[in-house]
Amino acid sequence: MGRSIFINGFSGISAQTEEALFNNEPLVYTSNIFHAVPANYKEIVPAMALRRMSKAIKMGITAAKNALLEANVNLPDAIITATGEGCKHDTEKFLETVLEQKEELLAPTSFIQSTHNTVGGQIALNLNCTGYNLTYTQEDISLESAFIDAMLLLEEDLDVNAVLVGSVDEVSPKITSFSYLNNFLKKEEIQNLELFDQNSAGTITSEGAFFFVLSAEKKINSDVEIVAISTFKEKDAINISREIHKFLVTNNCLVEDLDIVLLGKNGDRNQDVIYEILEKGLFLNSNVLVYKHLVGDFNTVTGFAIWLACKIFKNNYIPNVLKLNTVSSQNPKLALLYNLSQDNTTHSLILVQKV
Amino acid sequence: MSDLRTELKKSIIEQLNLEELSIEEIDNDDSLFGDGLGLDSIDALELIVLLEKDYGIKLTDPYQGKEIFISINKMAEYIETHRTK
Amino acid sequence: MKNGVAITGMGITSALGYGIEANYNSLILNNHGLSFPEILNTKHLNLPVGEIKKSNVELQNELQLTGGHSYTRAALLAISAVKEAIAIANLNKEQLTKTGLISGSSVGGIDATEEFYNEYESSSENRRFIRAQHPGFTTSKIGEYFQINGYTTTISTACSSGANAIMMGARLIRSGKLERVIVGGTDCLTKFTLNGFNSLKILSENFCKPFDDHRDGLNLGEGAAFLVLEADHLLQGKKVLGRISGYGNSNDAFHQTASSETGEGAFLAMEKALQISALQASDIDYINAHGTATKNNDLSESVAIKRMFGENIPAFSSTKTFTGHTLAAAGALEAVFSILSLQNDKQFANLNFSEAMLETKLVPVTSVRSVRMQHILSNSFGFGGNCTSLIFSKNG
Repeated sequence: MGRSIFINGFSGISAQTEEALFNNEPLVYTSNIFHAVPANYKEIVPAMALRRMSKAIKMGITAAKNALLEANVNLPDAIITATGEGCKHDTEKFLETVLEQKEELLAPTSFIQSTHNTVGGQIALNLNCTGYNLTYTQEDISLESAFIDAMLLLEEDLDVNAVLVGSVDEVSPKITSFSYLNNFLKKEEIQNLELFDQNSAGTITSEGAFFFVLSAEKKINSDVEIVAISTFKEKDAINISREIHKFLVTNNCLVEDLDIVLLGKNGDRNQDVIYEILEKGLFLNSNVLVYKHLVGDFNTVTGFAIWLACKIFKNNYIPNVLKLNTVSSQNPKLALLYNLSQDNTTHSLILVQKV
Repeated sequence: MSDLRTELKKSIIEQLNLEELSIEEIDNDDSLFGDGLGLDSIDALELIVLLEKDYGIKLTDPYQGKEIFISINKMAEYIETHRTK
Repeated sequence: MKNGVAITGMGITSALGYGIEANYNSLILNNHGLSFPEILNTKHLNLPVGEIKKSNVELQNELQLTGGHSYTRAALLAISAVKEAIAIANLNKEQLTKTGLISGSSVGGIDATEEFYNEYESSSENRRFIRAQHPGFTTSKIGEYFQINGYTTTISTACSSGANAIMMGARLIRSGKLERVIVGGTDCLTKFTLNGFNSLKILSENFCKPFDDHRDGLNLGEGAAFLVLEADHLLQGKKVLGRISGYGNSNDAFHQTASSETGEGAFLAMEKALQISALQASDIDYINAHGTATKNNDLSESVAIKRMFGENIPAFSSTKTFTGHTLAAAGALEAVFSILSLQNDKQFANLNFSEAMLETKLVPVTSVRSVRMQHILSNSFGFGGNCTSLIFSKNG
């Protein structure tokens, strides 16, 4: 009944580059907090606008515009943005000034740019796009929420041709460092590629922006179809497998049909237990890939996973650094992305297919 | 007297992140908004804070700024007559 | 055929009081809820606010939460509003597990961050609040309290967040993706937002005067409001409080904080809402305006209203004169007020108005009026150009 929905353009800015990954020479970091590889922001954003922008805004606008360029879309009908922790840098800057200067003599710029809808608003401003505009922020399913809205929009309104949907999250000096204190990050600094050899609590983190142009219209540049996205809450491991199975069946496929399973395993002992049940059970015979040793874990990291799946389809190649087992798949066509929220309560499922 | 103008240019460049500009490139009579430096209403609010912080001048009505932030010369003239520090 | 969207429950906590009845009584008696900060720990004691005069400890005790929890003020306010909405809609535990939850919040639990920012490193006592800064966490806590396990998400589009949450819930019901969802918004007063708006020089030291020629800024407020939305097939004789018949969302794409002179975003949002509802502009009986009382918003909104309605401008007023501007919660509070207007055929007063603005000469409703009404439009606009309009209608 629903329309088929295609990704007609996509772009990502992260701690890895396509070149590094697909040449099997991933970038190596030795701190548990690391940064995105800067893009050439000056080419995309006018200097007078750029001067005030935090990295979140720069990354967001740049990824958004590159995705539109690739999709050959000048003006999308809608802009739907996701961010877990918003414009943290400006939030932190304004908050520190409020506290340090005891509520006196405050300049407004960092406050203005601290709101979660800053990036979505700035993209609209940059494109002069008066269409539908929304920003979601639901921890680890922020981007999933944005996709659910985008797909609904394409279904509801046949006049909607192109929806720009994407995510951004940035690292900030202080607030990100608080993650060492609440056990989100590992206490000892590790090298990112050794994330899965630790057997300790916590993970590593970085930042990034990932934007996608969705359309119900299949074009020459349609490489990927986004089949379905779903989220659910569940604590029991057996029920998790059951929910995943149900999701696949609803979308007319079985585990055996999956060429790739991209897991959001993040090296945290408590989370990995849940992933391992799936690896040894439901996905025992699947080609299981992982990616958080490359970019760490953050609220909208599934943007990187979707970006990665798109690149794998486009290049028809799976970098070795992603492989968790020895199952291989020639000419991968169907991928399931599964991610577990940091508090182990909410699950995300994304099914994408090569066109 | 010209020291104040240089000082102003320096703090404007710093406060408004105009890193691409140097002090020499800003003429004392260049208009700060519109066709000149291209500053906008958010910059105007930043300049109000700058006046208060550096020169002890408190503007209560943001619209007042329009008559002061015309050029470096106009700003300097206003500061010279109204500064409290 | 699209499914209808029935409102079967609503709840509210604002500076006007706890619950629907207290809020309604204040509205019809012209008793505003503005005061000066007593609970919020701030230097700016001269700025009027719509503050709820209960400390976090009092709120937590009323909900029988013991120490060691990580509910921040926005979550606590939301829980009391959701509780009322659930009671009115008469939902049981089993039903709640399958219900969705969509909440709007602009700053979530940043009040905790500003309180503990400088002690997180030296003391482990309050580190459970580190994640609480983020609006999604606030929503998760609301869901956790009621064990709501359906689709849960948060919208953060500054001052239009709550309205957008209501729109999204309505869309999910209309499309059949969900059959029951709790929607609304919550924001508490924080040092962060009070100082932020103050740095923009748009806070008034007086009680705000929306649409008045001498308006000089807004008053911030805090609060939470939620609606229970249900698909028609679940109703089975249930009392319907009203319906969501239209929604429109647009971006002004003009400036990061200011609204355009033409009110383009506002105009498009109202136009889309009318389109969805299949109503004519002349069917709108009353507008609960965004009306923040800043120079910029009220002019831009007035221009947009004139563009939309031409010579036949409906009665309108801003209830922010009662509650202050409650940011992400505003659209949700005003949704509740709109439904109260419909239920009681009352148009509420735009307090503190004396002189129409020169540019548009529009005059709002200045004292509470009884008028038979069928459809009400509610506007919510935010920073980042996010504009949303909702249309509420009487059932049947």
